[in-house]
Amino acid sequence: MRVIEYSHLVTHVKEMCLEANCILPKDINDALERAQQQEESPLGQSVLGSVLENAHIAKTKTMPLCQDTGLVVVFADVGQDVHISGGLLTDAINEGVRQAYKDYYFRKSVVADPIERENTKDNTPAVVHVSLVEGDQLRLLLAPKGFGSENMSALRMLKPAQGIAGIKDFVVETVIKAGGNPCPPIIVGVGIGGTMEKAALMAKRALFRPIGSQNPKNHLARLEEELLELVNKTGIGPQGFGGTQTALAVFVDSYPTHIAGLPVAININCHAARHVEVII
Amino acid sequence: MITLTTPLEGVKHLRAGDEVELSGIVYTARDAAHLRLVELISQGQPLPFPLAGSVIYYVGPAPAKPGEPIGSAGPTTAVRMDGLTVPLLEMGLKGMIGKGDRSPQVVEAMKKHGAVYFAAIGGAGALIAQRIKKVEVVAYPELGAEAIHRMEVERFPLIVAVDSQGRSVYAEGMAKYRHPSLKEAY
Repeated sequence: MRVIEYSHLVTHVKEMCLEANCILPKDINDALERAQQQEESPLGQSVLGSVLENAHIAKTKTMPLCQDTGLVVVFADVGQDVHISGGLLTDAINEGVRQAYKDYYFRKSVVADPIERENTKDNTPAVVHVSLVEGDQLRLLLAPKGFGSENMSALRMLKPAQGIAGIKDFVVETVIKAGGNPCPPIIVGVGIGGTMEKAALMAKRALFRPIGSQNPKNHLARLEEELLELVNKTGIGPQGFGGTQTALAVFVDSYPTHIAGLPVAININCHAARHVEVII
Repeated sequence: MITLTTPLEGVKHLRAGDEVELSGIVYTARDAAHLRLVELISQGQPLPFPLAGSVIYYVGPAPAKPGEPIGSAGPTTAVRMDGLTVPLLEMGLKGMIGKGDRSPQVVEAMKKHGAVYFAAIGGAGALIAQRIKKVEVVAYPELGAEAIHRMEVERFPLIVAVDSQGRSVYAEGMAKYRHPSLKEAY
């Protein structure tokens, strides 16, 4: 049994919030540079230039890439041989978020009740997904999720007979409907199979994958390529002003499902695809 | 590059897709502030800032660090304000800044009243903050980031997204770059 201190977790989460909000991951930055070279629209090229300049300013001035510093989503994969001492895992995550959003001047974007809508003023609570896994390590994946892109999510319970064609139609229709709203070039996470909530979780978690990675299953890796090609044929382009670079990547994840169903969930991330991973 | 200063007078020369730089005063308002403005208008009450010739920026900025006028301050999605925009255009609002396309109702009202909708670059909040020189709250401080702020901007980089003739950079840009092999049904 390995012991991880509550206070240690708080510090980690606080620093993860800082890094995620202010430093664009290298794989995303590189993908944006490639997109700028490949973009056919002059206005699209200009937009991508500004987006890259923004990332540089955010990093050098330690200010958030985007004012929407998001609702913090955390996937915590907790090794079965880990004991957290001094408090609850979720409390530690929320305390780290609370300190980061206050000390680093991030926007507090969380309301306590979805109907009454009073701001919690410290950006808590985070949305935390805990899984028990093998081993004595704790793996944290953290993303401040902006709602320009989150609002463009979709879930559909397809019929099994609709198959691959139905999935492609759903993804392309969802991206076209979103247009410029989710701040393209976007990253598209697609969860296929399982149940309604399993598909949604897979779609969200897929957004953490590095650009260039492929689904290990051949037919799903092929689907990722085909979906990316289709999405980039829509003409939406950077910011929706028209162009050939609508998405940087499409990531598909899957899970066994029921004989009667084909759940498909789509979660979209903006070009400021903020996320960070730490293994403790 | 076209340069503009507030208050906006003629906007008819601006065309969808033009890149412009705006200097002067913009007022910030999001969902909650729009609800209040529209309620004041419906009651015939005075507004917290003059609408005629004004520009509203849809933004909820990040807090300012000590010594800075503002934190990151990029645009939010404009479509959320669409149901509350026509009464403001009727009162003389000339310019709006946000991201994403507008509803047909808003575009029709823009044509009727001669207004323009600009897009700022979504997700470029740190860059845009460099062009905001001074900020003060003019109404509803209790709304925090959603309060109405008066911002002095210098060379704020914008794209004419929907012009006063109702042309949209979103519709035209997408049609231009849409690949012919994509199914017509999409």
